[in-house]
Amino acid sequence: MSRVGWIRIAVVAIAIGLLEFCCRLGLIDHRVVIPPSEMADALVRLLISGQANDQIVRTFGIVVIAALISVAAGFALGVVIHALPRVRQALDPFFATYYAVPIFIFYPVMIVIFGLSVMPIVLMGVATAIVAMIIATLNGLDRIPQVLSKVGRVHRMGTVATALLLKLPAAAPHLFTGIKLAVSYAFIGVIASEFILAPAGLGRVISDAYTDFNNRQMYALMLLLIIVATVVNMLLHVVDQRWAERRGIGKP
Amino acid sequence: MTATVPDQDIHASLSGVTRIYPAAAGTRAVHALGEVDLDLKRGEFFAVVGPSGCGKSTLLEVLAGLQRPTAGTVTFEGRPVTGKVPDGIGVVFQEDASFPWLTVWDNAAFGLRRNGVADAEIRRRVDDALAFMGLTDFARAYPAQLSGGMRQRVCISRTLVLQPRLILLDEPFGALDAQTRLLMGDEVLRLWRRTGATILLITHALDEAAMLSDRIGAMSARPGRFLDIVVTGWPRERDSKIVSEAAFGEVTGRLWENLRGESMKSLGYSGMPAE
Amino acid sequence: MIATERAADTLMILIVLLLAWQALHQVVGATALPGPVPTLAYLAKLVPSERFAENAWATLVCFFYALMLSYGIGLAIGVWMGVHRLSGAVGEPILISLYTLPKVTLYPVVLLIFGLSLSGRVTFGAMHGVLPVALLTMSAIRNIPPVYLKSAQTLQLSRWQTILTVLFPATLPEVIAGLRIGFSLTLLGVLLAEMFAAKHGLGSLIINAMQLLQAEEMITIAVVLFAFAALANALLLWIEHQLHRRV
Repeated sequence: MSRVGWIRIAVVAIAIGLLEFCCRLGLIDHRVVIPPSEMADALVRLLISGQANDQIVRTFGIVVIAALISVAAGFALGVVIHALPRVRQALDPFFATYYAVPIFIFYPVMIVIFGLSVMPIVLMGVATAIVAMIIATLNGLDRIPQVLSKVGRVHRMGTVATALLLKLPAAAPHLFTGIKLAVSYAFIGVIASEFILAPAGLGRVISDAYTDFNNRQMYALMLLLIIVATVVNMLLHVVDQRWAERRGIGKP
Repeated sequence: MTATVPDQDIHASLSGVTRIYPAAAGTRAVHALGEVDLDLKRGEFFAVVGPSGCGKSTLLEVLAGLQRPTAGTVTFEGRPVTGKVPDGIGVVFQEDASFPWLTVWDNAAFGLRRNGVADAEIRRRVDDALAFMGLTDFARAYPAQLSGGMRQRVCISRTLVLQPRLILLDEPFGALDAQTRLLMGDEVLRLWRRTGATILLITHALDEAAMLSDRIGAMSARPGRFLDIVVTGWPRERDSKIVSEAAFGEVTGRLWENLRGESMKSLGYSGMPAE
Repeated sequence: MIATERAADTLMILIVLLLAWQALHQVVGATALPGPVPTLAYLAKLVPSERFAENAWATLVCFFYALMLSYGIGLAIGVWMGVHRLSGAVGEPILISLYTLPKVTLYPVVLLIFGLSLSGRVTFGAMHGVLPVALLTMSAIRNIPPVYLKSAQTLQLSRWQTILTVLFPATLPEVIAGLRIGFSLTLLGVLLAEMFAAKHGLGSLIINAMQLLQAEEMITIAVVLFAFAALANALLLWIEHQLHRRV
């Protein structure tokens, strides 16, 4: 681990330590924030007791489903749009503006249409993630060097073989970036929806804990979400970087 | 190997100069340059050639005051150069240093505006420099709309208007194709005769150095030291047609003799391959 | 003419979207999703109303404060981390982790600290916007070609002159990109805060309308917000392109 890495760990550790310190000393009101050690303790007990397991499985399950749909559909749509340049040009302003619009304002509309079920949450997850995947797919396909098709023909490879053995590996790093973003965004979409309104799920349980003044429960689950989100994103990021490095794109 | 010259003629000099880049996170210290002794005669055209990575750019930056030498002294017009770029030195860099947010005209005028020169004088000098560099028609264009060669001319214009007495050029034509380079060489000669400045040109192109310069310093592989100083003896009124003279071949031949081994070193060959 | 061809194509897409809206409306019924035309009619009635004006103003005020915070703090952090290499190297991954974290997870903490007040919503909004501003500003400073700094030195510029006339214009396009993304995310944060727990603002209006099953109101407000966000983004994007065209 480099010197910078150690400093970073130290900074984070000091920040947590400071929080712990202030909470224990009563500088921060116990009814507002509980000490990090108590959060960890509450989480461990909660996991052991298995009380929240249903909700945990449900929420992460929905995230995975939303991510899978977004990646698959996003890739497919990306491939189709890439093959139709005029359509792509027409959609350009749409893609540029998509993430500028707060799509969560349409969540209540979806609830009214589909009822208070799993559907609107999955839809929100997909809606948040799919465009990132489409854009990444388009970029990846753009970056396939023209010369690869010619190489395929010199080696007398068919269309499918060229696509699988030459084009896909060439586009892969960008596609993986798309997957990384899709997972991230699906996570955000699902959690935010569960917070606003949901029949069940981690977001719902956390907001219930808030209204019931059950701080330990609330912080325990918040900590779980933060840890899972951070770990997953970090892992994806590391793999993405390694991949990009080998190809000479992106910094080492 | 030193390149010393009688005192009253000396415009700038490096004496016992060494430059070692200190070790940083994850890298070892790099002995980039040295030991180097160099005296530049006032008004001469001096070229430095050598393999990549030999420290030529470092030499230029130390001379300009952009870097401090680890050992040795640098003087310009009799005064020591320390940390700041002295007034009277102009530098044209290898990379495109034109400012993309300004027009060609504003780019050229940039240095003058900051130094409180009168408007009429600014206009006169900029128009003059742009005309000299053949950029008058492009005065209102932005660098992004121009070719690489033209952008370099913009950078040269920006340096010209400040009327520098010593002009340092760090591989200014590196990114250009061979024919354009030859033409740009002629332009640099015009520049030299017009301004009467002392010129130090860094290049890796032997023919370019041989064609343009009064003297050429052949530099070893890293850490860079002068292996040889070749005096060309060309007349002041010269241009690219010199390449057809017999003496030209001798100069380039002598340079290559010095540099062939060094170039192989920098390419990673540990010994001379068997013939 | 390529430009008009493109505009026509985009118009086609808009029409397709409107038709899709209409189709969805046929399928799920007016009580779930009103069609485009009735929505437009409702819009004409709603926007001039006092109820709408009150709530729109509340959202706007909250958004404005949150944006000032995002920009101010984001630029400060971005500049510091861009100039001070070590802080940048240490801090960048931390900021990126925070960026990908669903900040909605932290909303209850904000509520606990600030209650249902304006400061809470402003803080939550700023939490969303500050990160892209900081990250892109830092990146802009780090990406300044070193040759610009060397040129400034050879041109005898003072430190301030270098910062104002070289570094500032060089970083501007990327900084504006950060401000643009920060704009959208701050708006999102403010609206989320209003949707989750507030009595004022357009976000809370939407939730109220949902609870009262007033589909028309819901979709209309959503459309208004959509239009606002899209137009603001288009404007900032245009500015960004103007700056980038020269680079």
